[in-house]
Amino acid sequence: MLSLIVIAWRNLMRFGRRTLLTAGLIAIGVLAVLLFVALSGSFKNLMIGQFTDSVMGDLEIHHKGYVASLDNLPLNLNLTPAQWQRARAVLAADKTVAAYAPVVKFGGLFSNFTESTNVRVNGIDPAREAAVLPLLPGRVAPADAAGLLKPGQILVPQLLANGMKVKVGDTVVVVTTNRDGSVNGRTFTVRGIVSDLSGPGGRDAYIDIDDARHILRLATPEVSEVLVRLKSLETLHATVAALRSALDGGPGKPAFEVHGWDDLSPFAHIARLIDLLTLFVKVILVSIALISIMNVMIMAVYERIREIGTIAAIGTPPGRILGLFLIEGLLLGVIGAAVGIALSLGAVAVLHVHKVSFAFGMGNGTVILSPSLRVSDIVTVGVVVIVVAVLASLQPAWKAARMDPISALRHI
Amino acid sequence: MADIAFAEAHAAPVIRADTVEKRYRVGDVEVKALKGVSFAIAAGSFVSFVGPSGSGKTTLLNLLGCLDRPDGGRLTVFDTDIAGLNRRAAARFRGANIGFIFQDFNLMPVLTVFENVEYPLIMVQNWPSRRRRERVMDMLAAVGMAEQAGKRPDQISGGQKQRVAVARALAPETRLVLADEPTANLDHDTAYKVIDLMRRLKTELGVTFVFSTHDPKIVAAAEIVFRLEDGRLSREGGPHA
Ligand SMILES: Nc1ncnc2c1ncn2[C@@H]1O[C@H](COP(=O)(O)OP(=O)(O)OP(=O)(O)O)[C@@H](O)[C@H]1O
Ligand SMILES: [Mg+2]
Repeated sequence: MLSLIVIAWRNLMRFGRRTLLTAGLIAIGVLAVLLFVALSGSFKNLMIGQFTDSVMGDLEIHHKGYVASLDNLPLNLNLTPAQWQRARAVLAADKTVAAYAPVVKFGGLFSNFTESTNVRVNGIDPAREAAVLPLLPGRVAPADAAGLLKPGQILVPQLLANGMKVKVGDTVVVVTTNRDGSVNGRTFTVRGIVSDLSGPGGRDAYIDIDDARHILRLATPEVSEVLVRLKSLETLHATVAALRSALDGGPGKPAFEVHGWDDLSPFAHIARLIDLLTLFVKVILVSIALISIMNVMIMAVYERIREIGTIAAIGTPPGRILGLFLIEGLLLGVIGAAVGIALSLGAVAVLHVHKVSFAFGMGNGTVILSPSLRVSDIVTVGVVVIVVAVLASLQPAWKAARMDPISALRHI
Repeated sequence: MADIAFAEAHAAPVIRADTVEKRYRVGDVEVKALKGVSFAIAAGSFVSFVGPSGSGKTTLLNLLGCLDRPDGGRLTVFDTDIAGLNRRAAARFRGANIGFIFQDFNLMPVLTVFENVEYPLIMVQNWPSRRRRERVMDMLAAVGMAEQAGKRPDQISGGQKQRVAVARALAPETRLVLADEPTANLDHDTAYKVIDLMRRLKTELGVTFVFSTHDPKIVAAAEIVFRLEDGRLSREGGPHA
């Protein structure tokens, strides 16, 4: 049965090879975009995960002003016990929060009795820390089912362990200056070595939170920072905003500051760069689709001037003529998008079988990318291509619809 | 006072032209293609406009077909003043009332014979599919092309193409068919058969046919002949030998 779609399809098949080439070009563009999105997305998630899941959590809560002087690990900007209790209550009530862990942080001197170097010490609650940073236990060698560490034990970063030839079971000293200016030190047994992660984890040692308070001679259980893990990173910005308002102490009394991982990690810039590159690739796809379809449709209108004159003369409404050419462009876009999406799904499936490994500054070598396509990405790319196809056909179709039948019929 | 040549003055005229003028501008030069032609054509006539090249036949048929507007005088088709129709209204008017047959057949190459005849029923008018199907088969049978319904235009001869074009022009229950030199691309025998077919269908369906030609033998088949010469009607009358 005849319809606009049938006529448009037949017209496309009139120059089957040209249609195939154009649809193929669009399909390759779609494939390139979706593969790029899948690979860069999985790389980005992996990269973000390395930091949020093993170093810093998804978001952090500090005393107001702490982050501004983060490099000094200031001891006078800790959360008071009352503030920590308040933060706990707010976090416990927030349904998007999966876990949270208090940390007492300080800068100190690390010594193996023959030489010493500076170190960033994290006083942690081992069970809570492991819940917030699920990848952290995996970085500790040897593994221990009993937990990250016990009081009196220390986890030494690989950087220091290698440089100072410290082994598991050795006794080491951590020395620091407390808030009053007096120096205090304590010996620890090395429980494990924490493997390197490029970035801010390089000099981080871990001890028990009570040991940390003891060295610092804190009279009350203060907290330097609270690491928070969310059930889903998707809610990051919403949760940050919710926590900020829940912890707001009223005008002039802001006691807390809340930062998402992307505020704190330099890797947020890389993530943003990846997003930008993805945008560029998408712009290229849009250009390919726009130019190739416009080209084909301009040719199609030009080749068929006499036919357009004929159908206009016998009374085809201009809107129908417009529709005929728009549908032709639309079909071209749909075919290109459909083939491209099918190829992309196939390619991603192949990548799952033949894994892509990636060296990413991990002590143990490579990580494996697991590219996946989100339905929303597929739908977005498909819709964009189809919309672009219609837009590209608009001008030629408009020209066809506006054609004067007499001059069109006289066209040779 | 215009001298209006009434053909079959007793029937209500389908077309009434009163001192119709048409001018073309080419740069600074103005060409008077029609210099005030007046005539009337009654329903059910089989009319031919004849005249040498450049006499204004195509110009006149374009006006009758509401494809163009006169620059002077008054032209009514089915009691509608052509000058008052805008683009959209003219398209609607053509679709509802007028069938066209072209010198080069102008069938859609990507559609079958059947679909070419079906085209105006679905794209111009919105006939339901069953009624469409019956009408197309009736028309194809009437022009003797029912057997070739599934063929593409490039698989049939010129005469057959023009038969399909006749079926397409008549399919939407058209009351007026305009054909500008419908036989110019056909050999004489075929041309005569096509004209004969048109005359037969005119009688069977009561449709008015107006065509132009400069082939004297084809002119002979017309019941009413208008002679155009340099943009004027020179004489009119019945069949000429
Ligand atoms: N679009 C146009 N622009 C300028 N002049 C035109 C145009 N169309 C027709 N003319 C002129 O108007 C006059 C009538 O032309 P028309 O095409 O109506 O003649 P015709 O009788 O159909 O001729 P033919 O037998 O060669 O088809 C001619 O002088 C022609 O040059
Ligand atoms: Mg002519």
